[in-house]
Amino acid sequence: MSMFGQVYVKNNQYKIKGNFHHMTPNQPIRNADDGWKLMGVTNPRDMTYMHSYGGEAIFFESLGKGKLMATRCDNRKCDMKGTIYQPFRIHCMSCLGKNTVIDMTKLAKKSAKIHTFMVCERSGAFSILDKPIKFINIEFDGVPTILMSYLSIGDPKIGMKVIPIFRTTNPTYTILDLSWVPVGTKETNLPEGFSF
Amino acid sequence: MIKFSERQLRVPKLARPVYLVTAGQSKFDRAMPDKRTEELCIDAFTQAAELINKTPAELKRYIHTCYYGHFADHFGDQLLGEAVIHDRLGLDPLGNAGIKTGGATGGSTLWEGMKAVASGYSDCVLAMGWERMDEVPTDEGNFLISCAADKDWESPLGHVYTGYYAVMAQKYWKVFGKEQPSFRRTLAEIAVKHRGYARFNPYAQGPMKITVEDVLNSPVVAYPLRALDCCLMSVGAACAILCDEKTAVELTKGTKNKPLRIWVAAGSHTLRPADRLHMEIPLLPNETAKQYKDLGKRFPGGERYPGFTGFLGARMAAWYGYRMAGIVDPMEDLDVIELHDAFTISDVQSYEDVGLRPYGEGRDYVESGDCYHKNPHTGKPGRLPSNLSGGLIGCLLAVGATGIMQTFESATHFWNRWAEIHGDPKIWKKFNRQKPADWTNLQVKGAKRALAISHAGVGSHVTATILMDPDHLLKEDA
Repeated sequence: MSMFGQVYVKNNQYKIKGNFHHMTPNQPIRNADDGWKLMGVTNPRDMTYMHSYGGEAIFFESLGKGKLMATRCDNRKCDMKGTIYQPFRIHCMSCLGKNTVIDMTKLAKKSAKIHTFMVCERSGAFSILDKPIKFINIEFDGVPTILMSYLSIGDPKIGMKVIPIFRTTNPTYTILDLSWVPVGTKETNLPEGFSF
Repeated sequence: MIKFSERQLRVPKLARPVYLVTAGQSKFDRAMPDKRTEELCIDAFTQAAELINKTPAELKRYIHTCYYGHFADHFGDQLLGEAVIHDRLGLDPLGNAGIKTGGATGGSTLWEGMKAVASGYSDCVLAMGWERMDEVPTDEGNFLISCAADKDWESPLGHVYTGYYAVMAQKYWKVFGKEQPSFRRTLAEIAVKHRGYARFNPYAQGPMKITVEDVLNSPVVAYPLRALDCCLMSVGAACAILCDEKTAVELTKGTKNKPLRIWVAAGSHTLRPADRLHMEIPLLPNETAKQYKDLGKRFPGGERYPGFTGFLGARMAAWYGYRMAGIVDPMEDLDVIELHDAFTISDVQSYEDVGLRPYGEGRDYVESGDCYHKNPHTGKPGRLPSNLSGGLIGCLLAVGATGIMQTFESATHFWNRWAEIHGDPKIWKKFNRQKPADWTNLQVKGAKRALAISHAGVGSHVTATILMDPDHLLKEDA
């Protein structure tokens, strides 16, 4: 019986269980305009990759716990000392030293606002967000970078104040566990599985 | 804030001049099930040979090194595709390398080829680029392209690259477009222009006779960008032959192709726009710091550079390239230009990045009529016509071929061969395309200098390719 591929790590090695690929026979591609002569073949493939978050794992794990983690360069000798990175950067872009992981949930709840946005009506294959997807880019006080995410409730506007929400029930452990709603949104209105 | 060291800002200097002697391209289309990629590459190579009155076999005898631009292995499902093409072109055992910088792959391939000749390693280089984007349906194609965004932080948000440009369009419209409907119409005008020029190009995939209203009424892909604001997804190949002076003269003797000096410079910026830090604007030779002092006052929100409104990578490619070739004012010094119009908004952003207009004023390049072959307001030749090929919106986005196609298309004006290459009824017939009754010769008369911008991601890699008639250089020691 088929089973989705599952993975855990032991002794820093992947341990895998289940099916990581599914066999589907290829089919001929024929030319309807020329006597159904052979033009090519289909190459079906269904594979499951094993992807490491490495030093960013704490960011994705924390989303499911209702926390927005960032990093900060604390290297006294670095010209970027004190810079908060969101998106999370494991190493400082200037000195390449290991950044300090910080919790910026409060800062995000206090100061997040929309820098720019778009409304996506046609997504690519494998997108699991409902359309239209409201991409927003979020700026925070004291943070020089601008995070990309999505708005779950309401219509975005540049300058709109928003607060983060987190998929704390059945998290996916991806960036989709973080979303945003306008300030003042009631918890009862949040999408299923999300909380403040 | 990004700060550059003096060493990082050293103006590149070629050890010896490099020349473009010929180039070629295949037909471009959404799908070509009747041809393998190698057939398209051979089509491009054969045209390059024919333009200098050589057989492919004769031209091959000059080639010493090859650079192959092919962005997306996962589209064609073939790793080491360059080895396949190299073999099929019969160029083994010459040294070759694959080049891969997203949408800038074509430009980067020329960049590497130029360096090989300039350094003296090779006297004659083949730069060939291609892409095969028809092996998956369009929505899966969009997914594969979106894999060029950050896979953990961006791609899951819709798996569609248009979205990453749409947020820029929204910001630019707010800050520099001041939310005026007229700015949105200007964006649409770009789509009309490029699809319109594509009608006169038999190689082009997306010719259309449309109006601004057609663009504004086309389906939304990622608001504010609509379907007709977006570039194509293509299959095709293009190539160029780069040489030192002696070889260039020998190869072009008795032909219509005059060897053209070529410079390629490159810049880069973060893959994720999210990571862009504020910085001072690196100034082009035709700009001063003073002119940007009140940018934030004139355009509230515009004080953040590059923010979501500019492409630092494009600015740096121009910064290096103009200084290498002696360009001071691109509007004055250039005669024809091909920009990487992945979306109408990025075309406008690029006008500013490469100095056709100051930051915040890009729309004027379109609204003035300067960007047209014939200025619609004056009826006279446009001051600096852009994307006469049709660009990425009208002609192609066969990623690895694009930057080379732009360079080839620019060169046809120098060689006074635009009409021959685009108007020959045999070519239209060969591609099974209908030459329009109102076909127009878009030859730019007396073209002496050109620029082509090749651009990846949301500006992660950008190259500036500059062509010049060697009798009309701007700098003696360039």
